[in-house]
Amino acid sequence: MPELERHSFDVLVIGAGGAGLRAAIEAREHGLRTAVLCKSLFGKAHTVMAEGGIAAAMGNVNSSDSWQVHFRDTMRGGKFLNNWRMAELHAQEAPQRVWELETYGALFDRTKDGRISQRNFGGHEYPRLAHVGDRTGLELIRTLQQKIVSLQQEDFKETGDYEHRLRVFQEFTVTDLVKDGDRIAGAFGYWRESGRFVLFEAPAVILATGGIGKSFKVTSNSWEYTGDGHALALRAGASLINMEFIQFHPTGMVWPPSVKGILVTESVRGDGGVLRNSDGKRFMFDYIPEVFKDKYADNEEEADRWYTDQAGNRRPPELLPRDEVARAINSEVKEGRGSPHGGVFLDVSTRLPAEEIRRRLPSMHHQFKELADVDITAQPMEVGPTCHYVMGGVEVDPDTGSSSVPGLYAAGEVSGGMHGSNRLGGNSLSDLLVFGRRAGAGAAEYVRGLSDRPAIAEEAVTEARATALKPFQQEGGENPYTLHMELQQSMNDLVGIIRRAEEMDEALQRLEKLKERARSLSVEGHQQFNPGWHLALDLRNMLLVSECVARAALLRTESRGGHTRDDHPSMDAEWRRKLLVCAVSGDGVEVVEKPQIPIRSDLLDLFDRSELEKYLTAEELA
Amino acid sequence: MSYQGKFRVWRGDDSGGGLEDFTVEVNEGEVVLDIIHRLQATQAPDLAVRWNCKAGKCGSCSAEVNGRPRLLCMTRMSIFEEAETITVTPMRTFPIIRDLVTDVSFNYTKAREVPSFQPPKDLAPGEYRMQQVDVERSQEFRKCIECFLCQNTCHVVRDHEENKEAFSGPRFLMRVAELEMHPLDTADRVDQAQDDHGLGYCNITKCCSEVCPEHIHITDNALIPMKERVADRKYDPIVWLGNKLFRRS
Ligand SMILES: Cc1cc2nc3c(=O)[nH]c(=O)nc-3n(C[C@H](O)[C@H](O)[C@H](O)COP(=O)(O)OP(=O)(O)OC[C@H]3O[C@@H](n4cnc5c(N)ncnc54)[C@H](O)[C@@H]3O)c2cc1C
Ligand code: SF4
Ligand code: SF4
Ligand code: FES
Repeated sequence: MPELERHSFDVLVIGAGGAGLRAAIEAREHGLRTAVLCKSLFGKAHTVMAEGGIAAAMGNVNSSDSWQVHFRDTMRGGKFLNNWRMAELHAQEAPQRVWELETYGALFDRTKDGRISQRNFGGHEYPRLAHVGDRTGLELIRTLQQKIVSLQQEDFKETGDYEHRLRVFQEFTVTDLVKDGDRIAGAFGYWRESGRFVLFEAPAVILATGGIGKSFKVTSNSWEYTGDGHALALRAGASLINMEFIQFHPTGMVWPPSVKGILVTESVRGDGGVLRNSDGKRFMFDYIPEVFKDKYADNEEEADRWYTDQAGNRRPPELLPRDEVARAINSEVKEGRGSPHGGVFLDVSTRLPAEEIRRRLPSMHHQFKELADVDITAQPMEVGPTCHYVMGGVEVDPDTGSSSVPGLYAAGEVSGGMHGSNRLGGNSLSDLLVFGRRAGAGAAEYVRGLSDRPAIAEEAVTEARATALKPFQQEGGENPYTLHMELQQSMNDLVGIIRRAEEMDEALQRLEKLKERARSLSVEGHQQFNPGWHLALDLRNMLLVSECVARAALLRTESRGGHTRDDHPSMDAEWRRKLLVCAVSGDGVEVVEKPQIPIRSDLLDLFDRSELEKYLTAEELA
Repeated sequence: MSYQGKFRVWRGDDSGGGLEDFTVEVNEGEVVLDIIHRLQATQAPDLAVRWNCKAGKCGSCSAEVNGRPRLLCMTRMSIFEEAETITVTPMRTFPIIRDLVTDVSFNYTKAREVPSFQPPKDLAPGEYRMQQVDVERSQEFRKCIECFLCQNTCHVVRDHEENKEAFSGPRFLMRVAELEMHPLDTADRVDQAQDDHGLGYCNITKCCSEVCPEHIHITDNALIPMKERVADRKYDPIVWLGNKLFRRS
């Protein structure tokens, strides 16, 4: 057996998206030796794809905005299932985190008086999203990347070594976490380039691995989103919550087939774009749910006035929370009023001058022109729902990001609770910064408080290596690409945007069979940069996480946010008080109910009683 | 609408390799990256390629198609004739790792050599005020997705290994320009560009700008203005000082 490469750090951050980088910066600023591990090149994580903006109640465009209003919008968006403490911290701290980015060198679009400009987005009462055109994620990740470089430059000046305190291991995949008794002791994985194995010894690990969308066929997510962090946490003994809630973004591209699922940013609607069906009708007026009737315009005139006068008018229904819009599009298509390729029309060409569209939505203009031969300044786009974001994730302590396993932390999309049953656009990027920083600080404090460093048993390493090599040792077994396609099809068809008990039962049966077949996966070639092997290892995670989604979705007999049951179409206040918690059991998962923590009373007081009555039980209101 | 397309894909590693022929299905609306993925799924499961977003946003999938540096995910199959054989090779300027994947660490090394943004000491977070017109210059450069196609194309380092030490390449000269034009950056970057990053090697051929998938005017808006500042500096340092001190408020 070749010599195993070993490294030792104080804090290991798995993931180099917004959450991971912000966590790493914080841990390093606390003086700890920190490593960042990521599957892609540094600067390419999923965060780079975020378009619309980052939500923070800075009040630069409308001074009535405040953290309380942002908190309210977030809770409403999540249908009150959110962890209220996370929603509170998030709303309070997001502005500081955005301003801090400017000190790292970020250049957001400006208001006339030179401050950071903010744009409208679905579910946000005021213009709240700081942005750079429609490439905000790129700005966020590049800024954090450059901040990491600047810290490395400081270390270089001091010690002559750029990587003295902060080191990035890129194109590296973690396959297993390693423990010493109950607590975290490190992580095991391989260099994608060479296939060589590496063991990291570290008393604290921060998961910042993002989402799970690659288990679905139509998705805006990249190959990285195989739910690795979710699965690593489960296998290490931590629990996941809210896994039944998956956000289907209402507007993904539907044509040509090869780009199906690629995101069309919500800014198109925030900046005036409207949805029409094949009859040319702005159908969203027919889909305003009871709970939102007082906030959304029921006629085109009022909706259009809102763009220039927000105080005197209600918002256009195109800006309802994403779950509402996605379901509306789904029913229009089902009822035969869809566009030629099975979506609906999203039109900004008749709403803004061409020049303005090119300025505000440059990457959308480029994307449609290059990939679909559509000029969005002259024609409508065709769009339909696409699997976009997972609300569920590792159950964490809101203040520190700590999971139930000592030394294991999570932040960003891989963590759960903050967004409840549905995330508002723009609330993810701010989530990454607020809780990335908190997890970095939480892990640092934990490490500082340890009296001894955990040790790693050799058996754990031998086992992790054997698991990773298994696909090479089996010949003539299952092809990972085939299995992956079957999994995606099953999840899309049976646990997708609209769900039914029988279908989810069937999904679970199929998952059992896929799990069985996955035991005999085999791959060709060698360990060096071998995508077939990588996929074989990722499948283990996708299957585990998909099972969580399907089991939790089957149990929750109501419809709420990113979980819509055809057989239980209404929201049930009793269910709001329950979380579904997933944990490993045998080679599968077990899901149990757990009471939701009641909302603190001063936060409840931020809402009108009449609004609370729509969500809370009589008992809670008494 | 589907047809069988002919492809030649470079396969191999740092010890050598060559072009391999494939015939593979091509469907309407597809891009070259779709074809590479189909090859992986059906004929060559261990074919190595980098990609992430598949929408021209992350800059991972850089390679050369029929000799031209391009993003594989933004190269539509419809720009080729059905009968044409399409050749896909890795970026030439960087060492091969395997198949279409190259070692781009040169770029990360160069990135680390550019001194970072130096914020004004007298402004607290939240107090930054900048006008849109003033940030737009640097914003154009910040559209860069770090695909490194410009680095791959620039003749100063393409086939000139010996220049890599002294020359940071268009991407990172542009990064210096970006910071120089940042309304609130307090460092002096003009001499750095010339002395530490090899601006003098650039003879403004604009080849970098031509391949940039973000259509950034690297040469016109970053490199030439930097060269002008270097030239100005040579006989009139006061001009520079004035520009920096009396920044627009
Ligand atoms: C197209 C698109 C547009 C979006 N637009 C917006 C928007 O406008 N506003 C907004 O707020 N949100 C937006 N979102 C959502 C938001 O971008 C994501 O939720 C967020 O970026 C996730 O960040 P993260 O830091 O949690 O993870 P990511 O940025 O996804 O990073 C995950 C990291 O973990 C690494 N990783 C994963 N598994 C492993 C492993 N096993 N070993 C080692 N490393 C691993 C990956 O390599 C990567 O570096 C958008 C999402 C998409 C897809
Ligand atoms: S303009 Fe300068 S940097 Fe760009 S390709 Fe030509 S020589 Fe290289
Ligand atoms: S400047 Fe353009 S070509 Fe060069 S790395 Fe950036 S995006 Fe790519
Ligand atoms: S895959 Fe992201 S640019 Fe091509």
